Amino acid sequence: MKYIDEFREGGMARKIAARIAAEVDARRRYHFMEFCGGHTHAISRYGLVDMLPDNVQMIHGPGCPVCVLPVGRVENAIQLAQTPELILCTYGDMLRIPTANGMSLLRAKAQGADVRMVYSSEDAIKIAQQNPQQQVVFFAIGFETTTPPTAIAIKKAQALGLHNFSVFCNHVLTPSAISHILQSPEVREFGVVSLDGFIGPAHVSVVIGSQPYQYFAEEFQKPVVIAGFEPLDVLQAILMLIRQINAGRAKVENEFTRAVLPQGNIKAQLLVAEVFELRRSFEWRGLGLVPYSALKIKSCYAEYDAEQRFPVPALSIADNKACECGAILRGIKQPQDCKIFGTVCTPENPIGSCMVSSEGACAAYYSYGRFRNRDLCTVQNN
Amino acid sequence: MCLAIPAYVEQLITGDQAIVNLCGVRKEISLVLVEDIVVGDYIIIHAGYALQKLDQREAERTLAMFAEITTLNNNDIS
Ligand code: SF4
Repeated sequence: MKYIDEFREGGMARKIAARIAAEVDARRRYHFMEFCGGHTHAISRYGLVDMLPDNVQMIHGPGCPVCVLPVGRVENAIQLAQTPELILCTYGDMLRIPTANGMSLLRAKAQGADVRMVYSSEDAIKIAQQNPQQQVVFFAIGFETTTPPTAIAIKKAQALGLHNFSVFCNHVLTPSAISHILQSPEVREFGVVSLDGFIGPAHVSVVIGSQPYQYFAEEFQKPVVIAGFEPLDVLQAILMLIRQINAGRAKVENEFTRAVLPQGNIKAQLLVAEVFELRRSFEWRGLGLVPYSALKIKSCYAEYDAEQRFPVPALSIADNKACECGAILRGIKQPQDCKIFGTVCTPENPIGSCMVSSEGACAAYYSYGRFRNRDLCTVQNN
Repeated sequence: MCLAIPAYVEQLITGDQAIVNLCGVRKEISLVLVEDIVVGDYIIIHAGYALQKLDQREAERTLAMFAEITTLNNNDIS
């Protein structure tokens, strides 16, 4: 298909990789974080790491909305789903996030809760229209890309005079998470995580534009290259980062010009600004409380805010002890550092959230078999 | 959730909706977040909403940038 195949072409991938090998400075190391889970997925799926020289290392960032949602919020959603006469709607990946005692929305559904998977926020509105006697809550998650559709749903509910629709809002913001990582003790003081530059998100940038990253480039002197989700996009972005570093530059560059404008999608931004405001702080799995990193529904739309309509207690629940998701999301560990990766924890039976969504680092590593062979050997040796 | 590919606009229908073709799969999506979409455009879709029109000229420029790399590699060898 047009605009997909050309950006996946293997011969060209090898040529860009050869260019990267020719241009890296052998005397130094390059550490790049791909913030977005979509890029983590592409890197695993196309085996891009194997095409890079040894001194270029990719660090997986926290840009997977399913992965960063803390267990407490999932537990809140389960409790909402268990409320009599309530229908909880959400995107598919959310159903399998495990909480304490092996519970999940899917389990709650099996036990009788009315949980429905939707493809878009529009579907949740339709369910509310079809079930006027029941409360319908849309469990909304995601970065800047899924926020405009949630805003549209709230405005539509208002226009339709729907009194049985509300949103459990968990929308989070990319720039605040990047700032938080750059200011974290691991990066700043201990130097456990070296970061020389970022691959900027694709679709998030379609909405927010390339301007919001200017701050990181200037303030922290880290180059940012916004890249599309196809393998050639990612390789080209790595080459552009290497060129910036070699030249001592730290600028925001855009490889994904076919979809990202400097100012982003203004229509979407205005809509979001109309319906949402900043939360003072929000808990992220792995990152902890991050100031001004999430959105809540403005008080003028309080009627559509599930946190106003139902009891939603602040719950702080620790992850499963064996799970290293937190450290993986901070860039300190890799999936194979987790003792139960691929054995106890698999996509069919995820123990942590990084194994749930195809954008999660653990699921991406597992699905594309990069480590399955090794596991097979251990099984056979036993 | 974020994984998405450009979709081809096949048909505009009422209420700011369009039928798109995603690698052979036809789907109805919303155009409320974008403007001036016509049949034949490619759009970036996320969770049922078009987020942006794909700029075909820019796509060609990016592909041309890849092609330049071939020339650079050849120069290295010679
Ligand atoms: S493999 Fe499973 S348990 Fe281990 S870090 Fe990944 S998600 Fe957590």
